[in-house]
Amino acid sequence: MSHILRIENLHVAVEGKAILRGVNLEMKFGETHALMGPNGSGKSTLGLAIAGHPNYEITAGTISLDGEDITEWEADQRARAGIFMAFQRPVAIPGVKTADFLRHAATNVRRPDRKEGEDLIPMREFRKELKSKMEQLKIDSEFARRYVNDGFSGGEMKRAEILTMAMLSPKFSILDETDSGLDADAVKLASASIAEIGRDKMGLLIITHHDKLLEHNPPQFTHVMLGGRIVETGGAELARELHDHGYERIRKTYPDAEAANQEMLGKEEAVAV
Amino acid sequence: MSTDTASSESIGEINKYDFRTESKAVFKARKGVDAEIVNQISEMKNEPEWMRDFRLKALEIFHSKPMPTWGGDIDIDFQDIYYYLKPTDKQGRTWDEVPQEIKDTFDKLGIPEAEKKFLSGVKAQFESEVVYGSLKQDLADQGVIFTDTDSAVRDYPDLVREYFGTIIPSTDNKFAALNSAVWSGGSFIYVPKGVKIEFPLQAYFRINAENMGQFERTLIIVDEGASVHYVEGCTAPMYSSESLHSAVVEIICKRGSRCRYTTIQNWANNIYNLVTKRAVAYADATMEWVDGNLGSKLTMKYPAVYMLEPGARGEILSIAFASKGQHQDAGAKLVHCAPNTTGQIISKSISKGGGRSSYRGLVKVEKGAKNSKCNVVCDALILDPKSRSDTYPYIEILDQDVSVGHEASVSRIGEEQMFYLMSRGLSEAEASTMIVNGVIEPLVKELPMEYAVEMNRLIQLQMEGSVG
Repeated sequence: MSHILRIENLHVAVEGKAILRGVNLEMKFGETHALMGPNGSGKSTLGLAIAGHPNYEITAGTISLDGEDITEWEADQRARAGIFMAFQRPVAIPGVKTADFLRHAATNVRRPDRKEGEDLIPMREFRKELKSKMEQLKIDSEFARRYVNDGFSGGEMKRAEILTMAMLSPKFSILDETDSGLDADAVKLASASIAEIGRDKMGLLIITHHDKLLEHNPPQFTHVMLGGRIVETGGAELARELHDHGYERIRKTYPDAEAANQEMLGKEEAVAV
Repeated sequence: MSTDTASSESIGEINKYDFRTESKAVFKARKGVDAEIVNQISEMKNEPEWMRDFRLKALEIFHSKPMPTWGGDIDIDFQDIYYYLKPTDKQGRTWDEVPQEIKDTFDKLGIPEAEKKFLSGVKAQFESEVVYGSLKQDLADQGVIFTDTDSAVRDYPDLVREYFGTIIPSTDNKFAALNSAVWSGGSFIYVPKGVKIEFPLQAYFRINAENMGQFERTLIIVDEGASVHYVEGCTAPMYSSESLHSAVVEIICKRGSRCRYTTIQNWANNIYNLVTKRAVAYADATMEWVDGNLGSKLTMKYPAVYMLEPGARGEILSIAFASKGQHQDAGAKLVHCAPNTTGQIISKSISKGGGRSSYRGLVKVEKGAKNSKCNVVCDALILDPKSRSDTYPYIEILDQDVSVGHEASVSRIGEEQMFYLMSRGLSEAEASTMIVNGVIEPLVKELPMEYAVEMNRLIQLQMEGSVG
């Protein structure tokens, strides 16, 4: 299989404020990319813009999947086309059982032309598949009956996201700090799970600060974001360098991007106040 | 997107309830309400003198009482309504004894099928009269009575007279008075001491004619240590002018008994649904109201539990869904009259397409009701800026040594929830339906499976066309 996700000159604004200022990125099916960068540099924004969040306004540039321009597509169309994002902070849907949600989602993603009200994947078949995926990811079977992300611990939420990824088997996955807020054992489990589910079976864009996640999923490409742009791209060694030495070199090498980053951070703080 | 398919499907679905039956009434009283009509109803039913007097007194009370000044806008011309319409001469004991066109009506509504599968007994009311009634033989053998209230007046006069109108007197409110004057049909249930009925008893209320008033009267007596689950469903076709449904439901839960009363109200959007429901619970008895309101133009209904003796429990779960042109003024009332009583109210409401839902509730703890506990949770979900939700919680506590909690939340449907679900491949409509289904889940999980399926389907219908 060969699929390509291409981001060209992407500019994104949130509530009228420019965040991304011309991002270029190309990913092929089966590749693993690491996306790194200091806080506020626009990593999550890039992920959310690719996933189609309505509040992330694309002011210029394009996103295309296998040559098709999906810049204007709704989030559900993108999901059905094979785009997935594991969220840093997944949202709770009280009263909706995880299994019901996943059955609906998996049906739609596997049958992109499905009309509303048409049959879902047969219950028995779905349960069997869900059960085996949960065993594979060492998730307790009781999980399926719990309400989506409702009262989940940080670790449970992240594992639920990986389970969702496993059930939807997308062409491209963006993992937004899927290791954050987890203890060492949980990070290890999450890293191993991602490798098992995702490696070579999709394109992975891993947003992370941790080296554990990348140890299990060594990237072919590492991109460094600063001030809403990708300022540098390298291999696995770049990720190691940033992990060991931080972003000092990057900040000094790209003063314009650094200034933009500081400006965005300043705005964020102003909003937070 | 697939709007064409969805809308054509939904028209088919809505028609499931919105159909009219060509039915020739055997008797139809003229429009309007006065002593002549009340006498005529009583005569048709061959009632004893005391019931006729009860009706005539109630009529006076009805005339003397003002319309409620709170709740929703009620624009009813009481003289433009048919108060009594007798659809058939006798009640069927088998569906074959029911006139074909009426039987067809209930077939379309799925009642005989449900009866075969999972019910202990059924009453089907069409306009003013119960046209079909059944009860499993083993329950009848144990002394369970499940009949229409008219027959009960004739067949169990002592039992009826002892309780009728004692929980909700005619003076309670204008619509209780109206019901007391012109009531017809409804269920009478008596569950003897210690008898526990496993499967639900169901009543189905159907209004078919235009400008019709349906005034059923239900009385349930659960004797010591007994238990019963009663379920009612209600539908009507859509007409251009309004109809009125005004029921009175009285329940007595004796020591150690348990009663659950489940309503799935899906009246057409031209029906005023103004209902008084109240239960009393004696020592260690439990009364539960599970009240789902999806239909009607205006519903004003606040099921009540009076906990009269120590250890009594009252639980009310109310779900209201108000769509375009609908006002659901729903709620609950708990009165703690004795020590160690426990109450709970869970109210969930959804407003959409300009619909309005209100929670109106009263928790009252009388002096001396020491060590009583009550908890109230109200969640309102508003799906769009045109819609509205209000909360009117009243709490009166006359004793110090009690615990009463109240939590309320109002939320707009969350953008982040919508995006989360859509990013997993659900369309906008599917996502909002799923969120709403989550909100009503506490109700659905309390329903027998077959009703739960029906409830989810009804929500689906309500949600269709909710997004452009």
